[in-house]
Amino acid sequence: MTSAPDAPPPHRSWYKRNEIAVTPWLFLVPGVAMFLVYVIFPIFQSFNISMQEWDGLGAPEYVGLRNYRELWDDPAFYTSLRNNLLWLLLYLLAIPAGLFIALFLNQTVTGIRLYKSLFFFPFVISQVVVGLVFTWFYDPTFGLLNTILGWVGLGPVNVLGDPTYVTYGIIAAGLWPQTAYCMILYLTGLNAVDPEQVEAARLDGARGWKMLWYVIIPQLKPATFIAFVVTIIGALRSFDLISIMTNGGPFGESRVLSFYMFEVALSEYGFRMGYGAAIAVVLFLIMLCFIAYFLWSMYKEQKAR
Amino acid sequence: MRSIFNTPALAVAAAVALSGGAFAEGHALSGDLKIFSDMSNPAPRAVMEGMVDRFGAMHPDLNIELTVIDREAYKTQIRNFLTANAPDVANWYAANRMGPYVDAGLFEDVSDLWAEEEIASNLASTKGAMTLDGKQWGVPYTYYQWGVYYRKDLFDQYGLSEPTTWAEEKANCQTLLDNGVKCYTIGTKFLWTAGGWFDYLNMRTNGYDFHAALTNGEAEWTDDRVRAVFANWRELLDMGAFIDNHTAYSWQESLPFMTQGQAASILMGNFAVAPLRDAGLDDDKLDFYQFVEIVPGIARAEDAPTDTFHIPAKAANKDAARAFLRFVVSADNQTLINSGENLGQLPVNAGSSVDDDKFLKEGFAMLSSNSPGGVAQFFDRDAPAEMAKVAMEGFQEFMVRPDNLDAILKRLETARKRIY
Repeated sequence: MTSAPDAPPPHRSWYKRNEIAVTPWLFLVPGVAMFLVYVIFPIFQSFNISMQEWDGLGAPEYVGLRNYRELWDDPAFYTSLRNNLLWLLLYLLAIPAGLFIALFLNQTVTGIRLYKSLFFFPFVISQVVVGLVFTWFYDPTFGLLNTILGWVGLGPVNVLGDPTYVTYGIIAAGLWPQTAYCMILYLTGLNAVDPEQVEAARLDGARGWKMLWYVIIPQLKPATFIAFVVTIIGALRSFDLISIMTNGGPFGESRVLSFYMFEVALSEYGFRMGYGAAIAVVLFLIMLCFIAYFLWSMYKEQKAR
Repeated sequence: MRSIFNTPALAVAAAVALSGGAFAEGHALSGDLKIFSDMSNPAPRAVMEGMVDRFGAMHPDLNIELTVIDREAYKTQIRNFLTANAPDVANWYAANRMGPYVDAGLFEDVSDLWAEEEIASNLASTKGAMTLDGKQWGVPYTYYQWGVYYRKDLFDQYGLSEPTTWAEEKANCQTLLDNGVKCYTIGTKFLWTAGGWFDYLNMRTNGYDFHAALTNGEAEWTDDRVRAVFANWRELLDMGAFIDNHTAYSWQESLPFMTQGQAASILMGNFAVAPLRDAGLDDDKLDFYQFVEIVPGIARAEDAPTDTFHIPAKAANKDAARAFLRFVVSADNQTLINSGENLGQLPVNAGSSVDDDKFLKEGFAMLSSNSPGGVAQFFDRDAPAEMAKVAMEGFQEFMVRPDNLDAILKRLETARKRIY
């Protein structure tokens, strides 16, 4: 907006004079306000509550770092932490699995759209349903898994009731929809692969694995980055499957930090907001490592442009 | 798992049918009455809906809104709705489980109801369970015995009879195991079923007073008396008396083992009778015995949990809520809702009659004459919620890995020192 050259300056309001500088901030205000109230403020609130002993109903009592001290000696905390690491590592299998299904489906055959939708299906249904389906699948007496194991003469395995298998069992259930998610990311990525480069590589004699590793995967880097981000976040958010399939059991062996936090602070038997907040802070610090890495790599990318 | 049963239509129908002749309680109640209930299993749900219908027919101007919430989910939701969105009437449990809400001032003091002649004289037996800090915080609507429910036909088939001592119990169990039948079915996914076993083994090994001391945090978990309880439990575990894979099942999911004859009995509350009957076990096939004596000379004590109704402190229509509580505990209603076809449990009102039902009569006789040691609520109602959680997790772990006992007891003792 340019003003008429002969308009007298005193008549222009402060807003008019600073319009260009102020307007973007005005547009940002609602978003920033929401972000402050619902994201930033609760983070500091959690830090604060983690220093208190509070049942959520009565008056809180300041206890300093006692909750963290107790966390340090709590075996259930280490079980949850170990399970969180297992989730983080094994959940990443969804990325290669998704890539190979995407490569497999990336062809023109009659009805390929139908096959693609079927492979994508597990991601569309609710996590609760996935949890129930796998609970029945694993059922030690009538579940499909044990029926199949029975055909080859293997004894019944009580996947969800056995402390050694339970976390792997739940991760396997979680991988089912997560693989579908990664697959769809790679399918869109494959559409953007430059056919001329593939042609050129073919003329140079690249085939099979070499073609995949040196020509296709480098071009899929943006898709891989997104798949990595959503999978890490998905692994750290693994709450609903655990709640549905085992309720943290048997004797707390399948808990992760987020579930333990819920149990301690919000469930039937727990009213310890301070202790729950301390767990939340630890979980936040773990997430912060990943968030910092993601932000850093995005920043690097932008600078390189 | 949640549904809303809305009654304005029914209330209107009832109003037309009774044409205003039903103002039995003196003044007319009006406005809304919001009830949140955890009676979500099929039989209790029908009872709750029936009570609302009948109460609505008595008070045609009252608009009753009943919300039935899944029983397990209710236990976590109650904290939210008592503080934020309080109904006028809510279900809960007696004894220490009321503690957090009473301390936080979220339940209404209903001592005035208990001072009324009708309630004071007829509900005296449960007054203690409803009292904290010398005041009453709700009314009971039902209680039930615990004990061993067993397949009579299987016992007959292998020539067994109801045991009365620990030695007979184990001998019976061995015979069953030799015939490929597990002695007990149990589902420990939600932990409290293991709490029932601990309660009974503890009360038979050490008696009621030790149960009270332990749940009040006055006895140590590393005490030799606690070890004696686990030693008895271990005898059953070493025999392989319990079904395999019990950690994967809820108690409902553990019942088919009994109905299909793969397990012979279950230690459970009387609420298990209804689903077992629905699954085809009639009274010739299903029977009941009191948990056996373990240490001779210890007075027998029983678990008999009491379920309750309360008025939240933030309720909007407390007049109507009090009227509903009076209606719930009235002798006629108690007789009706606790009958064999309905809840199949014991009425709390001394003026009601116990239904002519095999299990109810046996349970009533057991609690009134064969339980000299006292009546406990249940492990997770007598102990504070936090302690109950840690302990019952320990019981479950013990049932799977009995060798971890030392570590478990040490953990429980650490928790006890922190919690009390």
